[in-house]
Amino acid sequence: MEHLMAYIIGILFGSAVYMMLRRSIVKLVIGLMILSNAANLLIFTVAGMTRGAPPLIAEGALMPEGAVADPLPQALVLTAIVIAFGVLAFAVVLIHRAYEVVGNDDLDQMKDTDT
Amino acid sequence: MTEVKAKVIKSNTVILHTASLFLLPLQLLFSMFLLLRGHDEPGGGFIAGLVAAGAFVLYLFAHGVDSTRKILRVEPHDLIGAGLLFGVISALPAIFFGQALLTAQWWSFYLVGTEVKLSTVLLFDLGVYLVVMGSILTIVMSLNEAEE
Amino acid sequence: MRLEVILPIFIPLIAGTLSVVVWRSTFYQRWIAVLGTAALLASGLWLLSAVRAEGHVVMQMGNWQAPFGITIVADTLSAVMAVLTGLMGLVVAIYSLGSIPASHERFGYYPLMHLLLAGVAGSFLTGDLFNLYVWFEVMLLASFALLTLGGERAQMEGAIKYVTLNLFSSAIFLSSIGLMYGMVGTLNMADIADKLSEVEHTGMVNVLAVMFMVAFGIKAAAFPLFFWLPASYHTPRVAVSALFAGLLTKVGIYALYRMFTLIFNGDVAYTHTILLWSAGFTMVTGVLGAAAQFEFRRILAFHSVSQIGYMILGLALYTPLALIGGLFYVIHHSLVKTCLFLISGLVYRLTGTYELKELGEVYRHRPGIAILFLIAALSLAGIPPLSGFFAKFIIVRAGLEIGAYTLTGIALAVGLLTLFSMIKIWAEVFWKAAPEGMDMERLKAPVNDSHGRFMLTGIGILIAGILLLGFWGQPVIELFEVMAEQLMNPEGYIEAVLGGEQ
Repeated sequence: MEHLMAYIIGILFGSAVYMMLRRSIVKLVIGLMILSNAANLLIFTVAGMTRGAPPLIAEGALMPEGAVADPLPQALVLTAIVIAFGVLAFAVVLIHRAYEVVGNDDLDQMKDTDT
Repeated sequence: MTEVKAKVIKSNTVILHTASLFLLPLQLLFSMFLLLRGHDEPGGGFIAGLVAAGAFVLYLFAHGVDSTRKILRVEPHDLIGAGLLFGVISALPAIFFGQALLTAQWWSFYLVGTEVKLSTVLLFDLGVYLVVMGSILTIVMSLNEAEE
Repeated sequence: MRLEVILPIFIPLIAGTLSVVVWRSTFYQRWIAVLGTAALLASGLWLLSAVRAEGHVVMQMGNWQAPFGITIVADTLSAVMAVLTGLMGLVVAIYSLGSIPASHERFGYYPLMHLLLAGVAGSFLTGDLFNLYVWFEVMLLASFALLTLGGERAQMEGAIKYVTLNLFSSAIFLSSIGLMYGMVGTLNMADIADKLSEVEHTGMVNVLAVMFMVAFGIKAAAFPLFFWLPASYHTPRVAVSALFAGLLTKVGIYALYRMFTLIFNGDVAYTHTILLWSAGFTMVTGVLGAAAQFEFRRILAFHSVSQIGYMILGLALYTPLALIGGLFYVIHHSLVKTCLFLISGLVYRLTGTYELKELGEVYRHRPGIAILFLIAALSLAGIPPLSGFFAKFIIVRAGLEIGAYTLTGIALAVGLLTLFSMIKIWAEVFWKAAPEGMDMERLKAPVNDSHGRFMLTGIGILIAGILLLGFWGQPVIELFEVMAEQLMNPEGYIEAVLGGEQ
């Protein structure tokens, strides 16, 4: 399973970079979305893919019974998803405004501020 | 000018138009359910806020921005402000008990025979709920208004 | 329960919240901006005095003990950076009162500013790697919005590069956090430092070190990933540029200092050599870029890049003296660069342009402003007895002590080129005869309104800081000696965080 995930993550990172290198700003944003998903999957895989019960301790017990899943990577991924959601919502508004102001979605037309 | 805009955004299908009227209260009710069960079970402020925002966004697609503002009654900005305020307030009670900031405080009392538990966690969740709802509605409304 | 260590994060959050609540009234928002940032500065000073007395101040959020909960921890470095955050916030808030147009104020300028300050202070004070990521994102989100406030074409173009590069760096940062967790099973920075020495696979540690280096290098605008900075920093309102140049890039620098003294201090010969060359190239490319520019703010933006090189050089040399120099440079550069940006805004207000070719004769009509500029510019170039001289002097001496002659030579040559750029601005803007078509009436007209006074107050505070740092630097250097001592011996930090109840 880990090997399969490793390949998937690799492909996701690769396609994200490919999309980000295209000239269209829409593809740029798609690339950013794939990138954040790839990073999230990476956390999930690296932290150990175990099948386990929710890490809740029963009333009165001091230890959970049997194997439990590590809750931390899930919390990390959840937080990262929420953050990525906020940032991407902003990015969508940004490219929409940029498209309105510049008049097309070609990144090559947006180099006035470069030198 | 505004009429033209409203026409563009307003969907023409009767089905969506009617369905959104019934779905809005149902979705809001569901979001309250998610919000309140969220402490020990799947749910919570974030997902509940998303569902509530989804309710208004669906209404917005069917009826346009202006009528959505009308049924929302408050500006989305105010939702964000109130939500942030709840979040900040929920962190404070711990100080008065000499504990680290954000330490959860629980109060319980009996209402008509059943135990009702109130906590700063719930207040924080309520804050998250309002912030998520407010920010999504702000984004969607401004995107909609920008599309002329 | 240590309130002082959380207040620098909490105060801007409260101030931001209140500003959102009263978003209809710019009058109240302005008051909250000034009072909130002043309170932030005061809490930073409180924290600094507590840290001086005890060494480390630690708080476990929500009473979840380290390494399981989120730790907020301040050593001398964090406390000094918190004070700097408060000072920059206050100065920019005062300056904003006079320079931010009402339309920006209505679109949430002040709440965003508070959010940015909260993110910056959170990054400085957190002791948890993932929490650092969260504060970085808070800060970035606020900075995205501030950068695009106004929505001009140049802003949009700059913002797309800024957003893309910074999100890319965030993704690398997040992936590194995941790999780190997979390797040591903890995210508390002190705990990581403790456990990393037991990891057998040192090759993987170096891979992680380089990944963190790239992630923070992008945020700090180090070579070769700096090009988003000169493409975007000159596009927003000058108060925003000043806040970015003074604080935002410093967060990347702080993260580099924290990670490469606390966590990745095992294979110094490998990691810090990469940093050393990155620092050298950053200095050279930044200053050469600035030499080719003829726009006030663009020159300053490119110079930010070159100055970042000095700060990284201080870390890369990795001796106590070099760390003192590098961190002194951080403080000095924040004051000076913010000040120069604010002065460029004042000149724009008087003349209506940032282009050097369209400016001239400002000295004849506004000698006061010219003198203020001269103090800040000469300090940036490192002319004694101003603050920049001591910052450069300490770094150069640290470089000579351990025999890094090439890099030291580069640092000195870059200093000379900095002086060249500053003289170019001086000659073009303040000294040469006014070019055809310049609006002389506007320049000569007396400025007596409250806006001008707010702007001058902000600049005045910074100039006072620069002079104080130069002429009364001894206590500051003594404080920095303690700081470098703590950074070179991270055991105290680890013990303070993990050593049970505060």
